[in-house]
Order: sequence, then C-alpha cells, then structure tokens
Amino acid sequence: MAQAWGTLHPPTPQPVSAAACPDIATLCARHGGRADAVIEVLLDLQHAKGCVSDADVAAVALALNLSRAEVHGVRSFYTDLTPEPVAHRRIRLCRAEACQSVGAERLRVALEVRLGTAIDQAGPDAEVALETVYCLGNCALGPGVMVGDRLVGRATVDRVLAALPAGEDGDP
Amino acid sequence: MTTPLTLFIPRDAAARSVGADAVARAVAAEGERRGLDLTIIRTGSRGLFWLEPLVEVVRDGVRYGFGPVTPDAVSGLLAGVAAGRDDHPTALGPVEAIPYLARQRRITFARCGLADPLDLDAYRTLGGLKGLHAAARLSPEAIVDAVTESGLRGRGGAGFPAGIKWKTVLQQPDAPKYVCCNADEGDSGTFADRMLMEGDPFTLLEGMAIAGMATGATQGFVYVRSEYPAAIATLSAALAVWRRHGLLGADILGSGRAFDITLRRGAGAYICGEESAMLESLEGKRGQVRIKPPIPAIAGLFGRPTVVNNVLTLATVPMILAAAGGETPPYQTLGVGRSTGTQAFQLAGNIRHGGLVELPFGVSLRTLIEAFGGGTRSGRPVRAVQVGGPLGAFLPAGALDVPMTYEALAEAGAMLGHGGIVVFDDTVDMAAQAEFSFHFCAEESCGKCTPCRIGAVRGAETVAKIRRGQEVEANLTLVADLCELMTDGSLCAMGGLTPMPVLSAIRHFPEDFRAQPPTAAHPHLEEVTP
Repeated sequence: MAQAWGTLHPPTPQPVSAAACPDIATLCARHGGRADAVIEVLLDLQHAKGCVSDADVAAVALALNLSRAEVHGVRSFYTDLTPEPVAHRRIRLCRAEACQSVGAERLRVALEVRLGTAIDQAGPDAEVALETVYCLGNCALGPGVMVGDRLVGRATVDRVLAALPAGEDGDP
Repeated sequence: MTTPLTLFIPRDAAARSVGADAVARAVAAEGERRGLDLTIIRTGSRGLFWLEPLVEVVRDGVRYGFGPVTPDAVSGLLAGVAAGRDDHPTALGPVEAIPYLARQRRITFARCGLADPLDLDAYRTLGGLKGLHAAARLSPEAIVDAVTESGLRGRGGAGFPAGIKWKTVLQQPDAPKYVCCNADEGDSGTFADRMLMEGDPFTLLEGMAIAGMATGATQGFVYVRSEYPAAIATLSAALAVWRRHGLLGADILGSGRAFDITLRRGAGAYICGEESAMLESLEGKRGQVRIKPPIPAIAGLFGRPTVVNNVLTLATVPMILAAAGGETPPYQTLGVGRSTGTQAFQLAGNIRHGGLVELPFGVSLRTLIEAFGGGTRSGRPVRAVQVGGPLGAFLPAGALDVPMTYEALAEAGAMLGHGGIVVFDDTVDMAAQAEFSFHFCAEESCGKCTPCRIGAVRGAETVAKIRRGQEVEANLTLVADLCELMTDGSLCAMGGLTPMPVLSAIRHFPEDFRAQPPTAAHPHLEEVTP
C-alpha cells in the first residue's frame, strides 16, 4: 500500500517547466494545445516512449493548463496508457465471447506454455508480453490476436509466433 | 504483352489477418514474371470473411471471385486467368452471384468492397456524394424530415429514431453544435463499423456532413477505438482527401454551411461506447458515464447540443437522401413494423461462413445462422447464440426462429444491440459464460455507480460459488436479487444490461448451473503456472 501511495503522490515533486520538455510542448501544440486533446497527446507519448511517466504527466498538465490530478486520472483510467514501459514485443490475445467460442482459452494456455509466461503478468523487463484484449473486430475469423500492430486471424500458436518479430503479416 | 487485367484484393484488416497482403505481393510478383499487364486495386472487404483472401478479376465487365487464395495458389490462378479460363480450384464464379451476397439487400454497405476506399472519383462513380448534394439543396428542416420519414433508428444498440434526435438538436438555439460519431465498436461479435470505416469511409464522412447541415452543427468528431488501427489510418487518410477537395470547411458544396471533422482515438475502454462516457472522453476526461437528463441532444459535448450516432446510422443517411425522389423504393418500405430498413447482421464466433449480412429487419435468426452461416465451424450442433454483444441475451438452439426485429427480440427477452451474432457449439459451459459476463462488467465498469462497480464483482464471485457447487439454490437466488438491483439501479446499460446474458443463461441452460460434481474454475480466471 505504501508503494502505491508513493506512486500517486511523489513525496518531493520535481519542478517541471515546459522548457525542460520541449518535445511535450511541441506535441501538445500539434494537437492545438487543447485540453480536450489530452488523450491524443498521452497516446502519442505512449507510442513513442512505451509509457507515460509521472514526469510526462506533470509536463502535459503544464502544457495543457490542466492539474496533474486530471492528467493522472486520465492515465489511470485508460488501459492503453501505462506508467511503466510495456514490453517491446507484445502479443494481445482476444478473450471476448466470439473468440472464446473458437478456443481462445485453449490458445491462451498453449501460448502461456510456449512462451513460459502467464497472461497479463509480464514485468517491464519481459522479452515478450502476453496480454488480454477484448475484441479486435475480427470476430468471424477468430481467435484474433494482435502481434505488435499486426492482426492475426484464425490464430494458432505457430501463426502467432511466426508473426512475432520479423514474420509475414499474419500469413499462414 | 497481354491484354490488361484488373484485380481487386481487399486491404481490410480481417482479410489481411489471413494473408491478403502476401497474396497481393505474390500476384504482383507473378504478374511481372509472366509479363502480364496487371492493375491491382486494394479494396474494402465484401464481408464474406470465410472466403478471404478473396481475389476478384474483371472479365468483360464482370468481377469473378477466387477464394480463399493462398500465395502458393497465385501462380496457377494467374495462369488460368491469363488464358481466359475459370477452372481454378478456388474459382467462385461472378462475385455478385455468390448466394451469400446475392441474397443480401445491401444499402449501407452497397459500396463496401467495390473500390479503393480512398479513391474519390470511384466513390462518385458509385453514387457517392449524391446524398450530400441533395442535402445541400434542402433546408435543415427538410433534411430532418427526410431522415424521420425514412424510419432510420440508431444502429448503436438503443434503436432511437435518428430523425427525432436530429430534430431536437436542430431546435436548440445554442451554438456551436456538434456531431459525434460513435465508432467505439467494442462488442464482441461485431465488426460492421470497422468494415465500413476501412472499406467505405467517405460514406461515413458524407453522413456526418449531412447531419451537420440538418442540425446546424459545424464541428464533427469521430471517436474510434484504438483496437482498430487500420480503421484509424484509413479514416485519417479519407479526411485528408476530403479536405483537399474542399468537402470540409467553411462552405460545403456551395450550401453556405460550414462543417469540419476531427478524428479522435479511444485508449482501451469499452465503456466509451456508451454515449455520455464517449463525450467525457472526447472532452479529455476519464470515460465515466453522465447522469441523464440532460440528454446529449440538448447538452452534449462541452455542454452543447450534440448529435451522437453510431457509424452505421450516419453511413445510412447518404443512401436515404440520395434515394429521395429516385426510382429505388424508399428505405421505410423495407423491414417490419417499427423496425424499418436494413440491419447489418454480423455472423461471428463458432460459425462456418462468418461475415456481414445486410438484410431488411424480420429475417429469422435461424436463416442467418443456417442458410447464411452454414452452421458451426466446428461442425458440432449449435447450443447457444448470443445476440447483441456482451450485454445481449443468450438464446438456446430451440429459439432460433425469432424474427430479427427490435420488438420481437425484446419480447423474447433479448436485444438486437449492434447486430452481432455469436454462435457457440455444444461444448460451451453456460455457467462459465455467465461468470464471464460479470467478470467483463467488473473489468470494464467505469466505477461511477455502485450497482455496476460492486455488483459485477459480487456477481462473478457468486456465480463462481455456484460453479463449485456451493449452496447452489441460495446463491442462484442471490444472483437473481443482484441482477434486479443492477437492472434497476445502474446509471447506464453496462450495469443495467449485464444481467441480461447472466439471467438468460440461467433461464435457458439451468442444467449448467447445477452440474455435479463441481466444474473447474472458469478458464478465464484460472491461475496458470506454465
């Protein structure tokens, strides 16, 4: 609990200036400097750096004239935004109903065994992260898996692994 | 040199998920090797997903289909095609004559899969922009009347008449007004929005511009979920094309009316498909639902009058306006009773011929699953069908004769939702599905109201006890109580409708909840040590 408290409220907040984070100021300007575009800004940061750090939260708050609490609240609400870096290689397995009906849970177990990692349990240093996602919009060709930014339909362990680092676009 | 050949290969994410890109590359390479004069056009999908990658070749103005095509088959396919033969093992004949497609009534999806989705000239050739031109000549009231008369209802799930919503926004004196397109298609078993955004994005933009002209709204937003990167990319490119051609901006088609559209991404929150949570998210906040009233039509985005419609609702509007006064029968003559027009049904899950089937309301669930879907993919008997996404009811195999209309489904204790149909075979454990329904609600609840936030967790725990054989009858009573509370006390459909799949599973499949000996834990929640 103490740790969680510490994360939420850094004991000694570091002063942040927009000048110290020109990249973030530029990024915010690209979205018109609009406070309502804060999720767009955070998504860009997440994609560029693999996470949205506490320092980023503070810098974005400053640039968009929001409170840190508001930006922190946004970061903590949305699954895509993470305070810690996500693994470089990600396998996101759809575990919603349509994919369940064609064996998503069997595939989950098989992937866990093959990768030697439990789903949603990867730490920041993990080689490959296996993660749950609910629906990739490929419900007629399940199980659906997103490997990096590549969608794999009628997924099997072999097809997923083939798509992993340098594989072909989910081809059989 | 041989005669020029035109081939169509989808660029839709689903088609690519089973190898469409590799097939396109193989076609290009093989064409070069054989010295063929090939033009490859990457299109949206026809929605016949079990045939993907579906390659179409034009001969004498008719498009012949081949599918599913693998890269290995390309050489033989092209050899036959170049020689004017149609006997390749993957040959399907003229695509428009494939019964799955021929028996549909495509209106919203009329253009999807026919052309390069970013080719504005092709869009015009296929009847695009007719609706917007028609709207530009009409007064706002006349546009609203046309939509009201069409009987078009909200395709997101609630089924509220679109014309009435637009009229409310039009009547508000407040400005600015907004049009927000809900493209946060998170229901498992649905992919129609994604398919349209990737395959015919201009139609959606056209529908939004018409909504703007009709209501006096000057700014539009499309809110697309982040799980759809291909749809985001296509829409973004489509917006650039429209901007370049002056179809967005200060004066749309000389009507003197201004309209612009901004694309916004979601960030992984199912609840943002609920309209007020989506509005919060568009304002840059946590996606928590709002208390209604006021309704968004009066006080929506930034507190201003706002049209909030689903992708399919907005994408149907251009067809309605284009057809007004034309030779095609009006939209309202299709369908049954108050379920007017067509619905894009999506056949998903354990189904042999999964895909998109657009038909007038009133077709039976059995026709969709058996005549179109061809039964289960596993070949085992159908046991349960979930209609309308994760908040929709499970229907047993004996109830498939229900006509697909808003009213008949409500009478059967179910709902149409966004038109998703997920088929399960006889290996499904319905108690596990009920537990998952609660679990999903617990995962995705925005946390604002207690019945949903705490009820979902308690529900999952209680169904888990039932599955372990623990005080089964008492716990079933508890679940029924909890469901009543969630239905009556939740702020939105997330908590309010999660009881629907749970109670329908208990009602139609009681034997799964009284299994002896106790079943294993739901695989979803099971701890695994690899």
